[in-house]
Amino acid sequence: MTIATAPSAAARQPQAYKSDYKPIWCPGCGDYSVLSAFTKAFAALALKPEQTAVVSGIGCSSRIPAYLTSYGFHGVHGRALAAATGLKVARPDLTVVVAGGDGDGYSIGGNHFLHACRRNVDLTYVVMDNHVYGMTKGQPSPTTEPDWVSKLSPAGTGLRVFHPLVVALAAGANFIARGFSGDPNGLAALLADAMRAPGFSFVEVLSPCVTYRPEQREWKGQVRSAPVGPTDDAARAARRLLTDDGFNIGVLYRGSRKPYQPPVGKGAARAAELEKAFEI
Amino acid sequence: MTNRPGTARTTVSVAVCGSGGAGVMTAGNLLLDAAARAGWYGLMVRSSGPQIRGGEAAALLRFAPHPIDCLDDRFDALIAIDWQNTHRFADEIPLDAASLIVADPDQGTPPEAYLARGARCVNVPIKQLAKAIPGSWPNMVALGLAAGLIGVPADAVRQVVTQSLKKAGDTLAASLAAVDAGAKAAGEIGAGLALAPPPARRSSRWLISGNEAAGLGAIRGGVRFVAAYPITPATELLEWLAPALPKVGGVLVQAEDELASVNMAIGASYGGVPSLTATAGPGLALMTEALGLSVAAEVPIVVVDVMRGGPSTGIPAKSEQSDVSIALWGLHGDAPRIVVAPNSVADCLTTTQWAVHLAEQLQAPAIVLSDQFLGQARAVADRPADVAYIGERLTASAGTEAYRRYAITDSGVSPMAIPGTPGLAYTADGLEHNERGIPSSGAADHRAQLAKRERKLVAHDYGGQWADIEGEGELAVVTFGSCTGPVREALARAKAEGVRARLVSMRLLAPARPKLLAAALEGVERVLVVEQNHSGQFFRYLRAEFDLPRETASCRHPGPLPIRPDEVCRQVLEWSAR
Amino acid sequence: MSPTRPARKARPAPKRKTAPKLRVVKAARPGPTPARTMGELMAHAYALEVEASERYAEFAEAMEAHNNREVAELFRKLARIEHRHAEQILEQMRWIRPPAPPSTGYRWEGLEAPETADFTALHYLMQPYHALVIALHNERRAHAFFQHLAVGATNDKVRREAESMAAEEAEHVRLIEAWMKRTPMPEAGWDHDPDPPRHVD
Repeated sequence: MTIATAPSAAARQPQAYKSDYKPIWCPGCGDYSVLSAFTKAFAALALKPEQTAVVSGIGCSSRIPAYLTSYGFHGVHGRALAAATGLKVARPDLTVVVAGGDGDGYSIGGNHFLHACRRNVDLTYVVMDNHVYGMTKGQPSPTTEPDWVSKLSPAGTGLRVFHPLVVALAAGANFIARGFSGDPNGLAALLADAMRAPGFSFVEVLSPCVTYRPEQREWKGQVRSAPVGPTDDAARAARRLLTDDGFNIGVLYRGSRKPYQPPVGKGAARAAELEKAFEI
Repeated sequence: MTNRPGTARTTVSVAVCGSGGAGVMTAGNLLLDAAARAGWYGLMVRSSGPQIRGGEAAALLRFAPHPIDCLDDRFDALIAIDWQNTHRFADEIPLDAASLIVADPDQGTPPEAYLARGARCVNVPIKQLAKAIPGSWPNMVALGLAAGLIGVPADAVRQVVTQSLKKAGDTLAASLAAVDAGAKAAGEIGAGLALAPPPARRSSRWLISGNEAAGLGAIRGGVRFVAAYPITPATELLEWLAPALPKVGGVLVQAEDELASVNMAIGASYGGVPSLTATAGPGLALMTEALGLSVAAEVPIVVVDVMRGGPSTGIPAKSEQSDVSIALWGLHGDAPRIVVAPNSVADCLTTTQWAVHLAEQLQAPAIVLSDQFLGQARAVADRPADVAYIGERLTASAGTEAYRRYAITDSGVSPMAIPGTPGLAYTADGLEHNERGIPSSGAADHRAQLAKRERKLVAHDYGGQWADIEGEGELAVVTFGSCTGPVREALARAKAEGVRARLVSMRLLAPARPKLLAAALEGVERVLVVEQNHSGQFFRYLRAEFDLPRETASCRHPGPLPIRPDEVCRQVLEWSAR
Repeated sequence: MSPTRPARKARPAPKRKTAPKLRVVKAARPGPTPARTMGELMAHAYALEVEASERYAEFAEAMEAHNNREVAELFRKLARIEHRHAEQILEQMRWIRPPAPPSTGYRWEGLEAPETADFTALHYLMQPYHALVIALHNERRAHAFFQHLAVGATNDKVRREAESMAAEEAEHVRLIEAWMKRTPMPEAGWDHDPDPPRHVD
């Protein structure tokens, strides 16, 4: 989608979506790029900030709502998807984006992640994955490699990592993609794509943590454009995931499930009419 | 503990601040280590901006020749490596006309907030001094300055620096030279802040944080299974246990969230292994359902709640005592549980150990109300005495005829069958049940089990550990947890002014022991209740569950600032005068 | 902005069931999309300067929040310089309004515009010299970018302008190099921070 060239487009410059609060993320953090990509995506979609809500949980990435001029909800740890579901179902007119990290989203938020994919409300869920709990000083998260040593797991976790794209596909997400913070323009396009896609769109973004996982600066040398384009066939997408090493960037799957949105504000009956059933 | 002019000081408080890699915390820790090495007691508290690295930071330290449990009302000296955004600490570093600010003239003028009350300002070119010694750092100069100002002997400082740098591989000689340069500058200032000498006869002492102490107390009490989910400010307790537990044959598992961690601990405990988890307010809120299960199924568990600013996400890195209500009242149904509160850094060990003992003995959940101040402060403390609190669960032995897990007994405690014991298999249940553990909705069973679960806690003899009771007077100050330190000092000051008052620092908050408190308040006509929260949770609990004299008052404010000795002392003096 | 050669016949849109493949370009192996007209070239040049300026401004904020005032100030200066370059392009082209940014399909030489610094290049303790190293790298990439555009230009006007822009970027390179000569090299241990990271949430 090319960007509008009309003069009114000035009102939809990416900068217009940035709030006055300056991020406290460590310099070098991938989340700065993700923030930038968000603003570009919002601008590309010409979103009205007042019609957009960003819902988050707890963690470094979850600080993002305060840095945007849209409405924001910084909730409790792991429950962003639940809050966002309530918001979107009650207010289908809003564009609702959910943001958080891998700890917030896949650990304590794991249950809600499963059911959000299954429920398929029209949300866009962006997880900034740095394979660590950053805000509490470096504990392993579900995507942390089994041999990564930390204070809480002095011999490594020894656990198989959580594969978010596999879980999303199995649970029914309607749009599944992986992005990389080192490519803010590509990521902006991905986010815009995800937001345009109906139903539950899930974008896992590799976003390095330079403080606890400085080796992740090497990710830019490891990521690659996914060798094939997206598929609308869940089985094919599943087969691709069998050989996915976690560094393929692009859209994996575009489904055609109908989004879940119960009709809201349609019933015109008054409360008094409901009483009739009790009348003797 | 008031300092009389001209004499060596019986207490000195020093703060060091700086930002962006200045190494303030390291300097503070080394200073505490050195003072400890030299025989003094001390306490260090950290404060910082919201950045994870490079932000502004302050190390708040206090020293004395005897044990100390809290910060003072003011600081004698503030050493600033630089001033970037350090005005944020002004409320936490109260200065006055007798205070000294040591600042690097190249770093600009001190923020107005620090100068407002007339502190004396002295310039020391800290960064230049460090630069003049290649391979050294400004925080080493600051360390030397601080140590020199308060009179920590040079060789104690040298010892700790040598030891710490051995791990880091830095140039030792340069750092020591920087320390000397700082000490020399301190000598030239002549601030008169030298500490009174440490006691000649040294007891066995430790340098420890409350979180570490709680972890050790858990292990001493017999805990061998811990489920962990990180949350500020409890994470360090779990991180200390992670390598420690396996050494004693235990295990720590990281859970996916607090619902999982508390249920994991209950599961392990059902299997016969004393278990524990640690969290903060938001985590405790999640755990309440499972704690009810622990009550109903009579499966013991210990949860350490390192309290922080609330409600909700609140102020994660600051202390507050606002989880009293949820600990006491937060379970649905009639669900009696044990709530204890350590009242010093060292007491985190003893009280956590006691909690394990109580939980195991009474087959019930025990909540340990620690807080961020206790948990994260590093203190020099006398080695806690070995206490006989080891978890001793009453277990059923094989061969018991017609075993009834929830048999009604006089004590309320019924022998628990541990899986693996033949002939005694039962199903633990959160559903109300009869004596055999079969689910029951009958009135008689419900009443009997409710009474049993209440009786076992209420009939128990908690001994002298339930509170610290000190002093005599018509006025008593009742408090708990980290407020105990400031209250104790306040009463010492009041005593020096001729006003006597009694201190009651409660360690056992639940079950309520009205008779014990009544005995402790014998002869007392006025009670001042001190706590660090907004709504007076502890005060209201005391009024609801205990018999108090006619006149009661509440001295309280919420975090992030601590209750200070002077606040309490003034109220005590004022009230006594009326 | 009339083209100087006849417009190409539009190709019919390919029939696809799925959306076009997202192209994530890695290092500078494929060259940049050639500019067809002067206007297009200068619009891209403008975008380049604006993005660079915005990125430096973001860097300044990140450093400011981490109490690295000196480097924050330097990045602010760089942001102002890039902003001036952008304004000069507007003046040269007599544009009243900024041109439209390049379409999302446009291929720079790397993942982002050549003068836009990579976020991961920052360190909270970085020194002014490091900031200039970043700036130098960016100016050199911008210079190479315009050189490639000149080489790939399909008409003389575009080629001359691209060469002129390349020469300007070369001048920027020299300016940064001179600035670096006046700037002290970082000392050993510039990233020394004995304090561990803190948890705040």
